Amino acid sequence: MPLDSDQDTKPRTSFKYVGTRPIRPDGLEKVTGKAKFGADTFATGMLHGLILRSPHAHARIKSIDTSKAAALPGVKAVVTADDFKIEQEPGEMANVRANIMARGKVLYDGHAVAAVAAVSKSVARAALKLIKVDYEVLPHVTDVDEAMADDAPLLHEGMITEGVEPAPTKPSNIATRYEFGHGDVDAGFAKADVIVEREFKTAATHQGYIEPHACLANLSSDGSGDIWVCTQGHFMIRDSVCSLLGIDFSKVRVQSSEIGGGFGGKTTVFIEPVAAALSIKSGHPVKIVMSREEVFRATGPTASSSSRIKIGATKDGRIVAADGLFKYQGGAFPGSPVEFGAMAAFACYDLENVRAVGYDVVTNRPKQAAYRAPGAPMACYAVDNVIQELADKLGMDGIDFRLKNAADAGTKSSYGPVYPAIGLKTTLEAAKKHPHYSAPIGANQGRGVACGFWFNFGGQTSVSLNISPDGTVNLTTGTPDIGGSRSSYCLMAAEELGIPYEHVRASIVDTGVIGYNDVTDGSRVTFAGGLATINAARNAIKEMCSRAAQMWGIDVEAVKWEDGYAKPSGANAGDHEPLSLAQIAADAPNTGGPIAGHVECNADGAGVSFATHICDVEVDRETGRTSIKRYTVLQDAGKAVHPSYVEGQYQGGAVQGIGWALNEEYIYNDKGLLDNAGFLDYRIPVASDLPMIDTQILEIPNPGHPYGVRGVGETSIVPPLAAVSIAVSKAVGVQLSELPISPPKLLKALS
Amino acid sequence: MSQIHVTTTINGDTTEYLCNPEDTLLDVLRDTLRMTGTKEGCGTGDCGACSVTVDGRLVCSCLMLGAEAEGKSVETIEGMADGEELHPLQTKFLEHAALQCGICTPGFLVAAKSLLERNPDPTEEETRYWLAGNLCRCTGYDKIIRAVLDTAAEMRQEKSNAA
Repeated sequence: MPLDSDQDTKPRTSFKYVGTRPIRPDGLEKVTGKAKFGADTFATGMLHGLILRSPHAHARIKSIDTSKAAALPGVKAVVTADDFKIEQEPGEMANVRANIMARGKVLYDGHAVAAVAAVSKSVARAALKLIKVDYEVLPHVTDVDEAMADDAPLLHEGMITEGVEPAPTKPSNIATRYEFGHGDVDAGFAKADVIVEREFKTAATHQGYIEPHACLANLSSDGSGDIWVCTQGHFMIRDSVCSLLGIDFSKVRVQSSEIGGGFGGKTTVFIEPVAAALSIKSGHPVKIVMSREEVFRATGPTASSSSRIKIGATKDGRIVAADGLFKYQGGAFPGSPVEFGAMAAFACYDLENVRAVGYDVVTNRPKQAAYRAPGAPMACYAVDNVIQELADKLGMDGIDFRLKNAADAGTKSSYGPVYPAIGLKTTLEAAKKHPHYSAPIGANQGRGVACGFWFNFGGQTSVSLNISPDGTVNLTTGTPDIGGSRSSYCLMAAEELGIPYEHVRASIVDTGVIGYNDVTDGSRVTFAGGLATINAARNAIKEMCSRAAQMWGIDVEAVKWEDGYAKPSGANAGDHEPLSLAQIAADAPNTGGPIAGHVECNADGAGVSFATHICDVEVDRETGRTSIKRYTVLQDAGKAVHPSYVEGQYQGGAVQGIGWALNEEYIYNDKGLLDNAGFLDYRIPVASDLPMIDTQILEIPNPGHPYGVRGVGETSIVPPLAAVSIAVSKAVGVQLSELPISPPKLLKALS
Repeated sequence: MSQIHVTTTINGDTTEYLCNPEDTLLDVLRDTLRMTGTKEGCGTGDCGACSVTVDGRLVCSCLMLGAEAEGKSVETIEGMADGEELHPLQTKFLEHAALQCGICTPGFLVAAKSLLERNPDPTEEETRYWLAGNLCRCTGYDKIIRAVLDTAAEMRQEKSNAA
């Protein structure tokens, strides 16, 4: 089958379906309440699982007595760390094992200690009260700088900092040191006319998905069975649960439910191995649904950070050196996103001399989980504040200064690779031209502009595309649809096959019926799933051309695919009536059987993404309250497959960033206990806090995707922290350096 | 403790159930009646995912006991569409892409319907304040607000056409 030779090498630029805004295929179920989320299924004979959690920030577990709980009528199983016997190699899975059920020590307020499964929630609640845990309370630390001090209480007595030569002789709370950059920063600073150096702090924030974690495990005593779970990756759930319990992966089928938000927070296991262990031990299906308090206390917020940024420039506005020190605490286990933070910090700029050093620090807080562009928002916040201060000192417009130093195609990035075609300058130029940027600013108001970057990811992806006898198409994959990705798949399959969007149905299927899929993360799904969809469609087209050739009795090379039809080409052109996809599908039993296209791949070429945001705020100097008056997002999407959902990603990311900048923070008391484990006191933005969020989609095609698609989900949370902070600083005339800019903090800064 | 027998009306149908004294209306809807369209996001009345109306009043069903529904009329997301005909809000939410993950959507729809029943011509600000008790973490509210305002405009138009 001849293919347009350009098609495989250069992103396509004209589309029939891609770029339109049809209704999402799963929409009807979601507006009528029919869609099944994590907590929405039930099984016959189902038990309710509940988890007992540590009331201390840091304590040794001297003993656990579960006998009274186990003896309570209606209790069918009790588990503790002893039920997770399979040793794990040191590393992430060993940390996960110690996080899902405390081993020897509890490391944070909310750390799981034991779990029960009982015939009702009330019996399970009563059983938890009967479990006796004898604790020896230990000194704790929750602040990143305090945790790095020599005399800080140690979480892991044997932890020696990695990434330091020679290795330290004494253990500490510093898990790893990272360093990125190139050139000679000292030599660069020597050439600078102006240098700005400043320290910053950001609070830990939670992903804040509205759906608490929930799962239903139904496993037999041999470990076989199935798990229903709200997750960003059901293959990850399968592999983690099976690894922790010593079960062959193929014995367990995991189906992801509809997912009520994740933002990175559902890319690991918390309750699932516990439900599985309880199910095996009790012989019943076990459902565990977290409370909101548990979500805050025991699932992953992101890291809090402390950083120092120094940037120098010449009088003509060229940056000559940039140096950053980033300290992130990621809770009780190694793995804060400081590595990504240090890599992303200076990624927007074209720098000759740059260095970013990161420290991954453990504290007595819940183990962090990924949160939308993990690590980047707090690093770029600190950097862009200094960038703006430099521009102000130089008397330059903030956008002009950024444009003068912006990374572009061919720039060696601060973290290593040389950029291909990228869209940062385009977003900055669009921001400068946008009416928002030149609109007047009122009294007590300020305007901030900031840039943001995210790497984006591809990853392992499997897609099956089955042609039904009626000519409609079933597309199946294994990456949970977290925000409308099914409609993107359908658009891309329709585009490639040349059939109406409504003729394609996309489903997210269980681990038993499709090849491996990485979790929905790294803004990878529309990129990698789309790539696999397009190639699966091309494979199906190849097969359909072969069937048409058979039906016509001509060579397959003489058949081309156009607009949903197989057509004879070359010497045979005009000899046969074109055959539609539906005609070929209907005759499939006579030409070789079912027709399908499959792709199993590890998608590469995700294409980095950049954005520029403009934010106007108004500050009430009496109350310290900051209101967002106007907000504009300008971001490169490569190619927007379904523009409404691209805009939605831009708007949602911006608002999460606004929450991070203004309201949201984990507040620990002097006992190391979380004081605001609920939506009343951990206040995410509500509708009345916000204006409309204006968006402008820019399309600089990603050379790594047949349609030029880039991931769009994460970059949008990166610029708001700095954009808001700069805007408030300008409104009040004081350089702020700590998030969130909550009313008490702002009043303090103003006094 | 013995269970309480409750007779109530849900989406127009007389419904009887037994509940524990401590069961919330949300527990009854979801776990006893298996009407899972109403969601639990917090259990403390802070997120609005469990919004229903009781005798026409918008409430968080997690803050009301199941036993308190005796003799009342409860409306949930499952009763919003009329057979195969969607409520205009449901249609507009789809057209405006006013949902991403969809977990908050039933609560927003129930709350927005309640708003439009009281105020067929709300301003953007009125809409934002009415819906301030419903949390959405995906959308930034922009498309939700637009969908509600667009629905209100269309319903007003239809009403004036009919008059």
